[in-house]
Amino acid sequence: MNTLTDRLELPPLPGFFSLIRVGDTVEVHYRVREGEKERIQVFRGIIIRIRKGGSDSMFTVRKISHGVGVERIFPTMSPLIADVKILSRGHVRRARLYYLRGLKGKRATRLKGTVAYREQEV
Amino acid sequence: MLTAMIGRKLGMTQVFQENGKCIPVTVIEAGPCTVTQVKMKAHDGYDAVQLGYGPVSIQRMKRPLRGHLSKAKKGGFRFLREVKILNDASSEGVELGLEVCADIFLDSKKIDVVGVSKGKGFQGVMKRHGFAGGVATHGSMFHRAPGSIGSGTDPARVWKGQRLPGRTGGERMTQLNLEVIKVVPEKNILLVKGAVPGPLGGLLMIRKAIKGGA
Repeated sequence: MNTLTDRLELPPLPGFFSLIRVGDTVEVHYRVREGEKERIQVFRGIIIRIRKGGSDSMFTVRKISHGVGVERIFPTMSPLIADVKILSRGHVRRARLYYLRGLKGKRATRLKGTVAYREQEV
Repeated sequence: MLTAMIGRKLGMTQVFQENGKCIPVTVIEAGPCTVTQVKMKAHDGYDAVQLGYGPVSIQRMKRPLRGHLSKAKKGGFRFLREVKILNDASSEGVELGLEVCADIFLDSKKIDVVGVSKGKGFQGVMKRHGFAGGVATHGSMFHRAPGSIGSGTDPARVWKGQRLPGRTGGERMTQLNLEVIKVVPEKNILLVKGAVPGPLGGLLMIRKAIKGGA
């Protein structure tokens, strides 16, 4: 039944999803509702995992906040994601960067061979 | 307008709502069905409509069916099912050869889905009837067995209806009051919150919810 999406014509995955890579440092702009007001919250960190699966796609962003590792899993299709900005691209050799969880300090937040992200790279 | 039709389970996926909530949905192909026979109380003893679903060349049908289906002049069908109708204003315009599409659910919030559940084979009492079973460890020797199935000398037999292991699944099941998330009339597709009985591609009967408020 892989024709399911074709037949449904579900909304396509947002454009940023084809651009992000594991190892990228990104800013996820996420809509947060506080009572009546809505504001944008920025979550900035390294993508340590991308799960592809159509509307079930997710990606995990990890950052160190006040010395504590914080991971957040974002559903790619969520309408609450206002924007995803790629800040830099790290050189990684695996698909899931779980080893970052065991690292401390600078090594846990900055990957080797990180280069600034340029649009035309794509 | 009819309130029920034949369909097929296409699979499951999920959709996001405006507020970011993610809803699991089953995708159902509802119709198109064709009215192949209208049964009337005066003639048949009850009011109903026979629907055909899944177009097949009429040449492929067995001869008695060929004769029956030729009356609607809409070719052959793989599946024929009957749905009840009320002989009142709602059934006006229902006639032989009428095409029934998913748009009949456009104004429904809830629907019922009838299907044949997936066969599970011969299953024990825990899976089949939801018995609690025993503890797995701590020296227990009672794990998944049914336990006592009745008294001894009197009545000296097992009561009828005693829940025991046996063939599970593969039964007709009705899922009531499923929330309709979306209707795509052009494609005869229905998105319904939650699961429906049966395997992918399984035949379903879909009707407007008969119970519960609106």
